[in-house]
Amino acid sequence: MARTVTPRRKLYFTLAAWTVALLIFFPVFWTILTSFKTEVSAVASPPQLFTADWTLENYAEVWSRSDYPRFFWNSVVISVGSTLLGLLIAIPAAWSMAFVPGNRTKDLLMWMLSTKMMPAAAVLIPMYLIFQKTGLFDTRIGLVLALMLMNLPVIVWMLYTYFKEIPGEILEAARMDGASLRNEIIYVLTPMAIPGIASTMLLNIILAWNEAFWTITLTTVDAAPLSAFIASFSAPQGLFYAKLSAASTMAIAPILILGWFSQKQLVRGLTFGAVK
Amino acid sequence: MKTTARALLGASVMLALTGAAFAETTITVATVNNGDMVRMQGLMDDFYAKNPDIKVEWVTLEENILRQNVTADIATGGGQYDVVTIGTYEAPIWAKQGWLEGLNDLPADYDIDDLLPAIRGGLSVDGTLYASPFYGESSFVNYRMDLAEKAGITIPDAPTWDDIKAAAAAMTDAEAGIYGICLRGKAGWGENMAFLTSMANSYGARWFDENWVPQFDSPEWKAVLTDYVEMLTKYGPPGASNNGYNENLTLSLQGKCAMRMDATVSAGGLTDPAQSEFADKVGFALAPDMGLGKRANWLWAWSLAIPASSDAKDASKAFINWATNKDYLALVASKEGWRNAPPGTRTSLYANPEYAALPFAKMTIDSINAADPTNPTVKPVPYVGVQFAAIPEFAGLATSVGEIFSAALAGQKSVDDALAEAQALSVAEMTSAGYIK
Repeated sequence: MARTVTPRRKLYFTLAAWTVALLIFFPVFWTILTSFKTEVSAVASPPQLFTADWTLENYAEVWSRSDYPRFFWNSVVISVGSTLLGLLIAIPAAWSMAFVPGNRTKDLLMWMLSTKMMPAAAVLIPMYLIFQKTGLFDTRIGLVLALMLMNLPVIVWMLYTYFKEIPGEILEAARMDGASLRNEIIYVLTPMAIPGIASTMLLNIILAWNEAFWTITLTTVDAAPLSAFIASFSAPQGLFYAKLSAASTMAIAPILILGWFSQKQLVRGLTFGAVK
Repeated sequence: MKTTARALLGASVMLALTGAAFAETTITVATVNNGDMVRMQGLMDDFYAKNPDIKVEWVTLEENILRQNVTADIATGGGQYDVVTIGTYEAPIWAKQGWLEGLNDLPADYDIDDLLPAIRGGLSVDGTLYASPFYGESSFVNYRMDLAEKAGITIPDAPTWDDIKAAAAAMTDAEAGIYGICLRGKAGWGENMAFLTSMANSYGARWFDENWVPQFDSPEWKAVLTDYVEMLTKYGPPGASNNGYNENLTLSLQGKCAMRMDATVSAGGLTDPAQSEFADKVGFALAPDMGLGKRANWLWAWSLAIPASSDAKDASKAFINWATNKDYLALVASKEGWRNAPPGTRTSLYANPEYAALPFAKMTIDSINAADPTNPTVKPVPYVGVQFAAIPEFAGLATSVGEIFSAALAGQKSVDDALAEAQALSVAEMTSAGYIK
């Protein structure tokens, strides 16, 4: 029996949704506003939302003081590269777990997820040493590998969930028609799971873009992405909040824009199979 | 044909030699984001003009991230950094570990004897300098002279804690948003514990006795924490337990702190009319004492050091010589005035009449000279350092103790409970670290 939604109820839900959305967006909004303030008004006490002396000076200084395009390009290569590599490994893995599960598949999935429960700092020294000894330190390929490994459990789990929603009979039919395993995955499974794969890809690009621990720890100059760019403007002593905000805005703008344009895809993928 | 071959060979040799002469060495400098370091990056043309064969790559990081990355790199012999920015806390610890290159062989024009003795002592081990100071600081009192005059009080150049308490009480006007005293309350070994450890030195308290036994159960520490909490509760700004260097500086620039005790390095900003409308009303005094022979001032120097793992030590030394030389101070002065010259490192700066005429110059040098990292407390201690004990365990321990004291300031626990908790924690930590047998 369908539940009726009264206009009043709808209004409450809308108001609640807007409140939550505004609460989540407020820190970002505050950062963007601060980036256009002078250093003095950025730290005014009590804090002021708006100011009389708006300025673009922070952006000019941040741009002149650092090589933003290099940081940006590194972020693009690292986040997209790690996601694509992760998908390449995760799609066959999730296929096998979803359609030909073994006795230990559930345990394996849980074990994969449990690696995400370990704090990153716990493996700092081994990772540092491995990266140094193998020449991967401060290289983009090194970070692509590190972030791929870090996000692989999430990618496998998401794809596994999407693949489980696809009827195995369709794949069976393809097999009966003579499709090889490779063709079955590429031409039958992947097109049906496109929304799920797309949302997994977008979510992982966002996760990799925002990752700050390994990307700052395992780089110095050549491979440093936008997380290191932000950190270079952070100062516990000194009045640099406005410049830090400008640097943060410049760092998050690309991913915000990507998220904005792909939100329909993202939401469709994330809710895929949630409602039957 | 032979002539052509010879000519080609000759040209190749010449080209190779020219290439060798102009072979560029790239050094990576890890540094913190503060005004002086940003200024230095803007003056690099001067360095390149003098050192055309050296290229400098900057890695600027937040202080704690920098410390973590540089420690990991040096401890594993990574060699990612050629010059690192470290403080007086790390310098002796890392030098003893053999992680740093000695700097006693810098060129004669570096003039090592011109370094301020207290700063040089804090950065040396067994007579060898391991880090070259870029700027040095102590702590002192800054106050609004107009508010002191209005309240009918005089703050002496060398006040006692009683003078400070009386002045804080007299100048507080909470209704008008004027707070008698602003002190660091935010938890952290470099925040509230830097201040409280310095205050403790003047009260005759100490972190450890000669056998590394923590001393938070002593009457001296009780007096320190009681006075600190009372002063900030009665005369401090609201939410004082959340205020660190930055917050209190902002309040002072806005004229809301009648009196503040903090780093001497902030004097330039406080007396700069572009940053504060109270710039011409700021007075300075030495950190207070209790008549026990020690003042409550600290000593810190951001310094440049070369990790032993660097493969470009000569180029790194050339950079450090440029960045911390007397000539660099003159270069900054010629571009941005003496007020902006990095303070607190060289005797000659304070002998310069133009610099000495600045309102904060004398009080800064007097404060730095009053700090003795090798003999910081009234009673004997087994450690070096004024506002810290130069042992690897200190940063973590002091941050934990700082959280306890910050909670006491916020009213979440009593002074007695906080001290008992700090004592138990410190004893456990020092025992597990092997200091207490």
